[in-house]
Amino acid sequence: MTVPIDLVLQIFIIVCAVASIVVKDLLSAAMILGAYSFFMCIMWAQMGAVDVAFTEASVSAGIGTILFVAAVMKTTRRSKD
Amino acid sequence: MIYRGEDIIIRTISRMLIPFIQLYGLYVIMHGHYSPGGGFQGGVILGASLILLLLAYGYQDAKSRVPEKLLTVFSGVGVFIYAGTGFLCLVLLGNFLDYAMLAKILHTDAAHARSLGILSVEIGVGMAVMAVMVSIFLDISTGGVLPGEEEEKQKTAEEA
Repeated sequence: MTVPIDLVLQIFIIVCAVASIVVKDLLSAAMILGAYSFFMCIMWAQMGAVDVAFTEASVSAGIGTILFVAAVMKTTRRSKD
Repeated sequence: MIYRGEDIIIRTISRMLIPFIQLYGLYVIMHGHYSPGGGFQGGVILGASLILLLLAYGYQDAKSRVPEKLLTVFSGVGVFIYAGTGFLCLVLLGNFLDYAMLAKILHTDAAHARSLGILSVEIGVGMAVMAVMVSIFLDISTGGVLPGEEEEKQKTAEEA
């Protein structure tokens, strides 16, 4: 049985998107959002939009994750849950 | 996260990797009008290489290579190259960013003038995006006050 790659990618994308919302730790959420962007980049490349995939990989998975982590480092943990 | 770490593996690997990242960024800018990529993506890759330098070495050691005044100059010059190409076409009796009019001063035909015109626009966009990405990162990671400038700001506040 062969599984189509876009189905696998879609499952990964949905799992990463839900996990980045649900997870409590902000640093983990930023990291999972970076993984989401990377799977989204593979999805764009698989659909043939190579230029969009390039932008997604460099801007969202590269710079966006760094900016999120830099912003999370400036926060403090107030809630105890 | 802008302070110098003590991990020699991270410092060595990033020192070896940064020139190749920058070479790839220049490749993406230079081939932007033939293949995927362009000024924005190449500028982001160049900015990411400088951010990697800042992350691995800290602001105190890397500020001689990435001074903040130079970033301001680079973003201004990049926008000037982009807008200057457009207004040069306007001066040569064309529309804004009508690269075919550049054939009059480049002594080539219209097709080559269009190729060179979009290349100069992408170089300008790449310079501006690189400088702005690094300064956004510096602003976010330091909260607006760079390391080493706290004392100067306190001094000026006390004097005032």
